[in-house]
Amino acid sequence: MTEGTALIKTTCYHCGDECLTNSFSIDDKQFCCSGCESVYHILADSGLCNYYSYNDHPGANRVRVDKRFDYLSDPTIINALLDYADDRISIVSFYIPHIHCSSCLWLLEQLNRFNPAVHYSRVDFLKKQLVVRFDQNQMSLQQLVEQLYDIGYEPLISLQDVIKEQNKAEKGNIVQRIAVAGFCFGNVMLLSFPEYFGLSSYEQNFKHFFGYLNVVFSLPVVFFSGREYFVSAWNNLRKRVLNIDFPLALGIAVLFLRTVVEIFTHTGAGFADTLCGLVFFLLIGKFVQQKTYHHISFERDYRSFFPVAVNVLVNDIEKPVPLSQLQTGQRIIIRNNEIIPADAILLKGQAMVDFSFVTGESIPVNKTLGEVIYAGGRQTGEAIELEVVKSVSQSYLTQLWNNEAFTRQKDTGAKTFNERVSKYFIIVLLAIAFGSLLFWLPFNVGRGLAAFTAVLIVACPCALALSTPFTMAAALSIFDRNLFYLKNAGVVEHMASVDTIVMDKTGTITNGDANSIEQKGELTRFQRQLVYGACINSMHPLSRMICEYLGPLSKLPVKKYEEIPGKGIVARIEDHQILIGSREFVFNDVNKEFKTTAVHILIDEKYLGYFSIKHHYRDGMQDVAALDSIYQLYLLSGDHDYEKNDLVRFFKSDNQMYFSQSPQDKLDFIQSLQQKGNRVMMIGDGLNDSGALKQSDLGIAVTDNVNNFSPGSDAIMDGKSFKKLPCFLRFSKDTVNIIHCSFAISLTYNLIGLSYAVSGKLSPLIAAILMPLSTVTIISFTTLATHLAARKRKLI
Amino acid sequence: MSIIYFLIGCSVLLALIFLGAFFWAQQSGQNDDLYTPSIRILLDDKESEVDEK
Repeated sequence: MTEGTALIKTTCYHCGDECLTNSFSIDDKQFCCSGCESVYHILADSGLCNYYSYNDHPGANRVRVDKRFDYLSDPTIINALLDYADDRISIVSFYIPHIHCSSCLWLLEQLNRFNPAVHYSRVDFLKKQLVVRFDQNQMSLQQLVEQLYDIGYEPLISLQDVIKEQNKAEKGNIVQRIAVAGFCFGNVMLLSFPEYFGLSSYEQNFKHFFGYLNVVFSLPVVFFSGREYFVSAWNNLRKRVLNIDFPLALGIAVLFLRTVVEIFTHTGAGFADTLCGLVFFLLIGKFVQQKTYHHISFERDYRSFFPVAVNVLVNDIEKPVPLSQLQTGQRIIIRNNEIIPADAILLKGQAMVDFSFVTGESIPVNKTLGEVIYAGGRQTGEAIELEVVKSVSQSYLTQLWNNEAFTRQKDTGAKTFNERVSKYFIIVLLAIAFGSLLFWLPFNVGRGLAAFTAVLIVACPCALALSTPFTMAAALSIFDRNLFYLKNAGVVEHMASVDTIVMDKTGTITNGDANSIEQKGELTRFQRQLVYGACINSMHPLSRMICEYLGPLSKLPVKKYEEIPGKGIVARIEDHQILIGSREFVFNDVNKEFKTTAVHILIDEKYLGYFSIKHHYRDGMQDVAALDSIYQLYLLSGDHDYEKNDLVRFFKSDNQMYFSQSPQDKLDFIQSLQQKGNRVMMIGDGLNDSGALKQSDLGIAVTDNVNNFSPGSDAIMDGKSFKKLPCFLRFSKDTVNIIHCSFAISLTYNLIGLSYAVSGKLSPLIAAILMPLSTVTIISFTTLATHLAARKRKLI
Repeated sequence: MSIIYFLIGCSVLLALIFLGAFFWAQQSGQNDDLYTPSIRILLDDKESEVDEK
């Protein structure tokens, strides 16, 4: 086989990328780079080539080969990462973003074939998590991570492992409570049937026996499954808030007490089945509302994005230091693709810093020696040496997290429909209950008490408490299907109540690397050199795009150079006069009708055409902009106003657009809108939007890959779904309407029940029929209506 | 008809055993990951045969 360019298109056996050369091959298998080839080599040596038989091209591309796991030898870092360690075994869990197919699963669970020190390795596919139990005496954590790296599965190591924390959160508990409630509900139903169908006189002994058993079954339902309702009602009472848990707890308590009294005094059959059914359905409502996205985190801050450690130069020796111990004045080394963790001064090397995570701007920025580089940038190119000027938490970007918006619990003040309604509901309910008690009291004390308790039982707002969870659960799954992930059910109601939308520009309404340049008119090679020579001196993004487009050309000596901000460049190169800039600047023409940004070229008074630059906005930006008839729209950009002319078609008036906004400015802007009484939705993407996302009533992070970093927010939206934003907003309003309707339905049931209850003649059978019937009606109505609404909005 | 007492006792006991089994499974993490086993079962243990392909 000869070296050179492959004539036929071949794809890499490991990662599936196109092979540009055929110089990398083993066993007739082609690889795109030496990285992929070496992974194959390792797997072949261990007899693990099965990896390639389950799926085609399962591997991750390995063009980048630079190991940097030295920091994993630091004991404080090791302790923070290990889940468990004693002198024989250690357990660690990694988040590995590349896990995507059965081959990954198979290979990662064969880890002990590479090194017998690994006792056990297990993959959780949905969480993209690997748990490894290994012997630390024979294999260090660093070796383990390097092994994983060698086979193409680099774990994402960060000290703020939010996903791990989320998983730890109690979830199993509610399942157990539902199990107990369901178990008791089933048994109580069975034991109550004889009573409803009628027992003959000689079977009366059974009646009491069944009654006592029912009481026994109600005990765990009230004190284990239903406990949280009492706790929550009590806590809210102490805070002087009446929430829906109060009538629920009251209903449960009254049901239980009346059941116990009736059964022990042999005066009736009690309401044990209604009680168990109530708690069971309420808990199910709670369960469906909890939606967990396995690998999405809404709580990320800068710590999950920054590296765990950084290499510090001490007496010319590199030493890994955990970020928290990094001090000002220390010298750090940042290599290709590493992130600068703190504001620092550039001391040595050629810095090309990519701030795409921070601002969404994808073109790397050139920095000169002595310049301060803000934290959060990613170095591309050679290693650079920097001196830290501010500690990690005090840096320009990260100090945003010291703002009170991040420490305060998010209380947007907007009460959910349930909260607003339940206050009045309780007052009316208590009025009716005491009314009927007072009405009967003069004639018959027993009947008065019966009516009083019956009202509380029947009016127990089970259906009301279920309407929100079931509607929201259906709505969340519809949003989920459209790649829009909401943190919790309350977000839907916030979305429906929003009246102001604020958007970031770069990365949010534009794609990450989306601008394209088009040349109109012909240029000779020499003229191209002239243009290149003039533009290379300018830091304006358009100049940089033109330079990139023309490609690296040899620089010509510039005799005179002047840049007029916002207009263009005048330069003299060799003996040629070059004028590059806007139409206005080049022709003295004030006609502003051009829709696209264009850069015109005039060399020696001769017009040579122009470069037109098209900004690619996300699909559907036009539809989103059309929302301004209903919502107030604002654009908040960290960039200069270079694109302003282009954006005019979306944002009509000048005071809708704000440029050169710092992260703090953005936060303040949102705050000022809120002070005017607006309810603000912020759509952003980078770390610089974090403050605004947090401050807003509803923060949505837009990302092109949900596994990637996205700042803390209430919702995460895939970039592809951006065009559906108007549909999402309308659908959220539909959802709230459905909740209102189901509230009306549940009120109807309550009124029917109350008409029996106030007379004091509520039979257990009626309660036992009414409660499940209303529950089933509500569940089916909300689910069906939500799906119909989604269909109407074309979301399914 | 006193047999009813015995039968009900038996059925409740049996149901309690199942409830206990569910609690056990829940606490030992059996229901934590419901997706991965569905892939794992499709993978072969004997790699030597597939190697020849």
